[in-house]
Amino acid sequence: WGISRLPALWLKLKRLSLVGRLRRGTEGKWPRLPDSCEEELLIRPLHSGDIYASFQFRTLWDTDFLHQGKKVSHYRLFPKSLGQVLSKFSVRELHISFTQGYWRTMQWGQPIVPSPPGAELWVWFHNTVADVDGNWKELTNVLSGIFCASLNFIDSTNTVQPSASFKPLGLGNATDHRFLRYATLPREIVCTENLTPWKKLLPCGSKAGLAVLMKSEKLFHSSFHSQAVHIRPVCKDWQCSSTAWELRQTLNVVFDLYTSGQGKKEWSLFKMFSRTLTEACPLASSSKVYVDVTDNPELFDLSPATSVLNTAVVLGDRRTYSVYDLTQKETFGQLRSLNLVLRWKGESDMLRPLLHAERYVAGFGLQTGEIHTLIYNNHPYRAFPVLLLDSVPWYLRLYIHTLTVTSKTRENKPSYIHYQPSKDRLRPHLLEMLVQLPPHSVTEVTVQFERALLKWTEYTPDPNHGFYVGSSVISALVPSVVAMDTNNTQERPLFSSFFPTKEESSYFVRVYTEPLLVNLPTPDFSMPYNVICLTCTVVAVGYGSFYNLLTRTFQVEEPSQPLAKRLANVIRRIRGVPLL
Amino acid sequence: MAAIETEKQRGRYAALAIAAVVIVLGIPLWWKTTETYRAWLPFSQINELDSLQLQLSVEVEVVLSRGTLSPEQQKKVPLSQTREQEHQIDAKTVLRYRYETKYRTATIMEEDALNQPSAQEADLSLHMLSESACGSVVVYIIPETSTLLPADVKVYVGQRRTALLRAALFEGTAGLKEVLSTLEPQVKQVVDTMSFSHQDILAALSDRIRVGQVSKESLADSMRAIKSSPGYEITFSLLNPDPKSHSLHWDIEGAVNSYIQPLLDKLNPIANFSVDSQILYYAVLGVNPRFDNSVSAYTLNADSLAHVINPVEARLGSNAASSNPVLNFLLYVPDAQHSPLFIRDHSKREIPSNAFHSPRWGGIMVYNVNDMYGPEAEFPVDINISMSKVMGVFLAQLRLMLGVQKTQPPPGFVLQSAGSEGLADWELDRLMWSRSVENIATASTTITSLAQLLDQISNIVINDNIAQQVSSAVTSLQAAVAELEAGNLAFALQYSREAILASERAFFDPSLLHLLYFPDDQKFAIYIPLFLPMCVPIVLSLLKIANEIRQRRADKLAKKD
Repeated sequence: WGISRLPALWLKLKRLSLVGRLRRGTEGKWPRLPDSCEEELLIRPLHSGDIYASFQFRTLWDTDFLHQGKKVSHYRLFPKSLGQVLSKFSVRELHISFTQGYWRTMQWGQPIVPSPPGAELWVWFHNTVADVDGNWKELTNVLSGIFCASLNFIDSTNTVQPSASFKPLGLGNATDHRFLRYATLPREIVCTENLTPWKKLLPCGSKAGLAVLMKSEKLFHSSFHSQAVHIRPVCKDWQCSSTAWELRQTLNVVFDLYTSGQGKKEWSLFKMFSRTLTEACPLASSSKVYVDVTDNPELFDLSPATSVLNTAVVLGDRRTYSVYDLTQKETFGQLRSLNLVLRWKGESDMLRPLLHAERYVAGFGLQTGEIHTLIYNNHPYRAFPVLLLDSVPWYLRLYIHTLTVTSKTRENKPSYIHYQPSKDRLRPHLLEMLVQLPPHSVTEVTVQFERALLKWTEYTPDPNHGFYVGSSVISALVPSVVAMDTNNTQERPLFSSFFPTKEESSYFVRVYTEPLLVNLPTPDFSMPYNVICLTCTVVAVGYGSFYNLLTRTFQVEEPSQPLAKRLANVIRRIRGVPLL
Repeated sequence: MAAIETEKQRGRYAALAIAAVVIVLGIPLWWKTTETYRAWLPFSQINELDSLQLQLSVEVEVVLSRGTLSPEQQKKVPLSQTREQEHQIDAKTVLRYRYETKYRTATIMEEDALNQPSAQEADLSLHMLSESACGSVVVYIIPETSTLLPADVKVYVGQRRTALLRAALFEGTAGLKEVLSTLEPQVKQVVDTMSFSHQDILAALSDRIRVGQVSKESLADSMRAIKSSPGYEITFSLLNPDPKSHSLHWDIEGAVNSYIQPLLDKLNPIANFSVDSQILYYAVLGVNPRFDNSVSAYTLNADSLAHVINPVEARLGSNAASSNPVLNFLLYVPDAQHSPLFIRDHSKREIPSNAFHSPRWGGIMVYNVNDMYGPEAEFPVDINISMSKVMGVFLAQLRLMLGVQKTQPPPGFVLQSAGSEGLADWELDRLMWSRSVENIATASTTITSLAQLLDQISNIVINDNIAQQVSSAVTSLQAAVAELEAGNLAFALQYSREAILASERAFFDPSLLHLLYFPDDQKFAIYIPLFLPMCVPIVLSLLKIANEIRQRRADKLAKKD
């Protein structure tokens, strides 16, 4: 094995504990590896008849990217490209999501990982970074290259520093929002070219494990598609004695099988993804498929049935899941492939989501308008506060004095308002408010705005399509129906551990509203040339008459004969009589 | 009648005045407000750089030890000689080599050092005595009778910049001149080995000159070596296409520290290097190896190797954090079903290292693990990769990529194998010579073509920062050429690197493109509505005035007649 020749190296090997295997740790021959990965697929039948599939891949790496001096340069499961980005730009936390379609909270309930339509990026930088804006600019350019997205269009005009809405999800109690940057690109269109680099970051690629299901022609033939990458420092163990980096890649899809399935309410893995599962990713320490069977047996039939059930408290609700462990050979049965089949039997009513929101633009004409945000608290008897974040581009000039918050036709004074006015062509408006939502109520937030006239080079190529305004973000601690499990590190499904929970009685929810599409006054784009031509003509005419006046030779002209005399002369000429 | 005449005269003066205002005020105003900003560039100095006249100066010190000269001859040393060679490569490239040879006798300490029992020890103690400057060569002449070198060895080249040359004892009757003239060809041979050779320099200039002038081997060497750049990224990738059967472990961190890092530290004057590694699972080669029954193994033929890289490269990923060129070294462990896998050369023989390299890209090594476990092994098998075997191959490939060629010594020469760094000082000097020349050539080509471009297209805006980059590139280039002439190799390389950086930055500056595509027809479309109605009356009245003057002159002439 060549080891005997290198005793010193062998010692180093042992010390660095770079070798070994996690799954076969019983042998004792190989020490524990510093990195591990897990994969998970959650399938939740929605009451609308759609299917919600949520993939989560988590890579944990026990290393320190931000350590000064020592460079992290040897990668195993963690993707090298992301690791280099983390250490070069001193990133403490990075969240990026690409979403196509809008999550319909009223029909589908709360998503596991919420995301706004388009692209969203928020980053906490390490507090040693001196030039945060410079790092942010470079980081967006690099990420734009990694994910083949237009993130390079993120600049100071769509970046904000929220003061309260986006707290770090990982370890570290960073409160200084100077190191936070948040930007959305609601216009971004997500497609295959974004999925391919995302899949490349997975340890097994799309060759084995759950990722074989990700065929882009199926994933993008859906009502909702969202893929995300979340990187944050987390506790390595339950004592939290040391930290590890967590890379969480999530992919959420909602398939509309009712319309695409010729009206038959029946689906299977093969129908959804045109593939079945045959193996787990050999590198993953756990590989599981969860199916939400809480509403069974009246809602649907699931086959093959499994006796392994798991209950978890997700989004304030105790749910029951059938668990299929892909690392076990029995899961795949005789055919050596797992094809979950689900047949619908009946309909049932869904619990209305406790919090949801919508937004629209009111008003007429192209000069002024009004943004309405409606926040619904569907809890029958509990009031709770929500944080509303609005980032509005500078070309909609908000009249902040017209800001009104009303609940149940009475004024509802926000207990905290953070407003940063915009600067033309430099930064957007930022409005953050803490609003108390009375029980079972609709709270309406309205603010008037004026549309600015852009310079002719600032219009997008299709200005008549309208200009997007990113989603409002509503973050809230919603009272929970059941007691939450606050022990963060204990073994539980990945989808239930995305937002850290600190209280047993409430759970964290983030709701995104629809993005707005606003028409701006759009000029005729041949106008500049018309203006040039018109001005030149006016100048030329003025100049011509002026010139004429100056250079003309004036001379005294003999007064011409009156008409009668001329006529008389003509007659006289004919008659041969001397003229007058 | 007189009144009419004065009125006509006034009209004429008015037309002339307006024409004068338009010409004196209007046209310069228009010109000034619509001109593109073009900062001043040192065009004359750039034109001088276009014809590359390089002079490379080497300091050679010849130390005559006791027993090589007679006492009379010794009295005449120290003395120095200068030898020059000039090569006119083409109309624009002239190379001049200047060897300044200083002869002196050995000091007592040096004599002591030369009395060491072996050549290695002598080399080491001579190095302790004095550190010779970068780019220089010291040749110690030792007598025929010396026991330092074995009988058949004439020249010993050490790890630093010293060489020992065995020479016959000269008779006391011969003058020093004759002695030195007999020594000179031997010294020249040593210097050609330890310092640059004409072929190296030609290969470094291969972008500038016609291919025919460079010998095939040095051209191949220079084409294999990655282009000169201020920094390189070296990436080691372990490709494991079959993680279900093989669980591979490689101590890349330890291996890099013990094998690669010493060489890179040594090469620090040439460029900055950063090393990283990754493991790629389910990464496969682009070709299907063929099963060969005669050896019961899979084989890859030399002509199919060209297709191996492309599919792998999609997985490698580029370095997100820098834009330096990347050197890839891939270790491929074939999957259990396709093991063992051997690479064959053009004559169908197996390559002992089982590796190949791709010029300016990197290297691939196939590492078979099928004999490390039996048929009854439980999958996945834990396998520890022997890094000494792997790194030996990668180190050799890395040297090729960096252009550190193995020199073929002339007969009678012994080259001391380099120590842990893997590179002797004089080898580094050779690389620095050719890199300096290459950098100077590249930077001057970049700057001259930029100057030509700016000269030809008058629409391009030249901002102050570009002008500053260009002039700093020009000054660095001039400094590099001057340092080469003075024989300060380290400074020459430093300045040439600065020149290349500044010239590239100027050449690729995005601000050059801003007004590049501003078509003339659009410009005329905008100007015509203003200019046509303004100019027509002026031109017409000027013509009329000119006609009248001519008419009057003709009248006057007629009157005179």
